[in-house]
Amino acid sequence: MSILVFSEDRELAYQLLAKASELAEKMSKKVYCLASETPEDYIKQGADKVLQSELGDFALESYRAALLKAVEASDAELILMGATKRGKELAPRIAAALNAGCMTECNKVDYIDGEVVIERLTYGGSTIAKETSTSKPTIITAAPRSFDKLEPQDKTGEVIKLEFEASEPKVKVLETREKPKGTQDLENADIIVSAGRGFKAKEDLAILEELAEALGGAAIGCTRPISADLGWMDDWVGISGKKVKPSLYMTCGVSGQIQHVAGIRDSKIIVSINNDEGAGIHGVSDYSIVGDIYEVLPALIKALKEKA
Amino acid sequence: MRQLVLLKDIPDLKEITIDRETRHPKTEGIKTKISDLDKRALEAAIQAKEKVGGEVIVLSMGDDKTKTALLEALAMGADGAYIINEAGVKGIDTNATSHVLEAAIREIGEYDVIISGEMTLDSLSSQIGPRLAELLDHPQVTYVKEYELSEGSVKAVRDLDNLEEVVEAPLPAIVTVVREINEPRIPSLMNIMKAKRKPQTVWSLADLGLSLEEVQAMSYVKIKDVTAPEMTRKQVKIEADTIEEAASKLAAAIKEEGVI
Ligand SMILES: Cc1cc2nc3c(=O)[nH]c(=O)nc-3n(C[C@H](O)[C@H](O)[C@H](O)COP(=O)(O)OP(=O)(O)OC[C@H]3O[C@@H](n4cnc5c(N)ncnc54)[C@H](O)[C@@H]3O)c2cc1C
Ligand SMILES: Nc1ncnc2c1ncn2[C@@H]1O[C@H](COP(=O)(O)O)[C@@H](O)[C@H]1O
Repeated sequence: MSILVFSEDRELAYQLLAKASELAEKMSKKVYCLASETPEDYIKQGADKVLQSELGDFALESYRAALLKAVEASDAELILMGATKRGKELAPRIAAALNAGCMTECNKVDYIDGEVVIERLTYGGSTIAKETSTSKPTIITAAPRSFDKLEPQDKTGEVIKLEFEASEPKVKVLETREKPKGTQDLENADIIVSAGRGFKAKEDLAILEELAEALGGAAIGCTRPISADLGWMDDWVGISGKKVKPSLYMTCGVSGQIQHVAGIRDSKIIVSINNDEGAGIHGVSDYSIVGDIYEVLPALIKALKEKA
Repeated sequence: MRQLVLLKDIPDLKEITIDRETRHPKTEGIKTKISDLDKRALEAAIQAKEKVGGEVIVLSMGDDKTKTALLEALAMGADGAYIINEAGVKGIDTNATSHVLEAAIREIGEYDVIISGEMTLDSLSSQIGPRLAELLDHPQVTYVKEYELSEGSVKAVRDLDNLEEVVEAPLPAIVTVVREINEPRIPSLMNIMKAKRKPQTVWSLADLGLSLEEVQAMSYVKIKDVTAPEMTRKQVKIEADTIEEAASKLAAAIKEEGVI
């Protein structure tokens, strides 16, 4: 029996390997990893054995087939997979093929009293559930940055070639379109100002940039509708977007729905400006002003500049 | 064209309260509604029906209240509903759920597309679509933001992490949708009245050739505990006579906190 790690995203695979190594020590298991290139690197990041396979570009059928082979070869009882969108559509497929339990987007994974116990968000993001699974194997997925990768280790391991046969893809890809890459590193930003539907036009976001500057340089975030519906910005913050942990998170015209709030929990100080006294965001903020962003923001920028 | 929409009846997230002492959410006895993304899947199916014709059938594994919840789906434009109602299935995991839904889908038999939300908003699991694709051996088209049905195939735009994919798959296929696909319609009063006359079939597990024991035996994931994290914030409402004064107080407060 072993722990098997897979993500098509290399950095994420390394993060999962760190967690797998920690669990493996407690459970006295070996860590296997499925990968295609430079297997030595996966060993340095914690794998005992690398199952090396020519995976190629992502296709559900081939990745599914390779993973099922890897499960067999490693006799895995626990499978850690990356919760990228690709990973999230692959993990339940594998789980169904293996008649196995699967727990998605786990924030914590631990081995306690002979059981692997995970923590994940439920009820839209308002609660944390502790779950365990009795199936062997059990599949767990975790989003990027849930765990920190190890410092590369001076370690030897085994590389095993893995052959697999996949069926023809059932879905034909006619076209792919790159999405604009968000230029901001929201996840590591120390100050974030964030726009919600309180903004009436894209041009008005200029005032947020002014505010960001007045705060001594802040990243600019937004809610999902501002990005996904209106396309005014690339990345949004929240349960389905970026999870952030700045010292200061300032929302402007954001209502504070649970899916947004679930992504800002780890902020040190939350400040909100919203003209609706009853908006939920006020209840989850340290400081709030009930007011119109179009009036408050210019005044705030002025006040910050005066105090600087 | 026969489109089968999977709908889950879940507690209204806005009505869930947290017990101050135990931090447990109170989910019993509160209003339920169709999970938001499922409603968008239904809207997509109805819009496709308006173009290519055919039928939209909804399927839900729920409880006694589900019949009422599905009236909304029928009022929006679904033609009929199937409900699996069996008290003991409450709390079964996604593995067991997918097997029950698979049995019901096989019983329904005739369909071109199975369409659902990418995830349900109560348990946020994102599993049922891909699991059914595996169990039924259908093409799997997930994260769909544009959906177009034609004779024999479905064309879709998929919203992935760093790219969008335009894909085509033969029918029957499994489709799961994201929030951006549409805004669900609000049914008219007349359609709400009409909905009551549309057919609803209720099945027990036995009707699907399943027993509660075998379904429970396929349920592996156990929830040990659910708590709401403490969100202890200062909740200071800054009040002042003028906006300038309020802004100045706020600026002072954040300075004081040492975060800028
Ligand atoms: C599966 C799923 C996942 C989701 N994931 C996310 C996510 O990751 N992140 C996310 O953000 N959302 C997410 N959402 C969407 C979420 O439910 C909300 O719809 C969204 O967060 C609301 O955005 P908003 O606050 O900008 O808009 P609204 O809810 O429309 O709020 C706008 C607010 O601005 C205020 N306002 C209006 N005018 C002014 C003014 N002049 N001055 C001051 N205030 C003003 C209003 O009072 C209101 O409170 C998700 C939804 C689903 C279904
Ligand atoms: N009990 C159920 N009845 C009908 N459909 C369901 C049920 N559970 C899940 N689904 C469907 O599967 C989707 C994904 O659910 P999940 O994998 O649990 O996040 C939901 O949005 C529904 O469309």
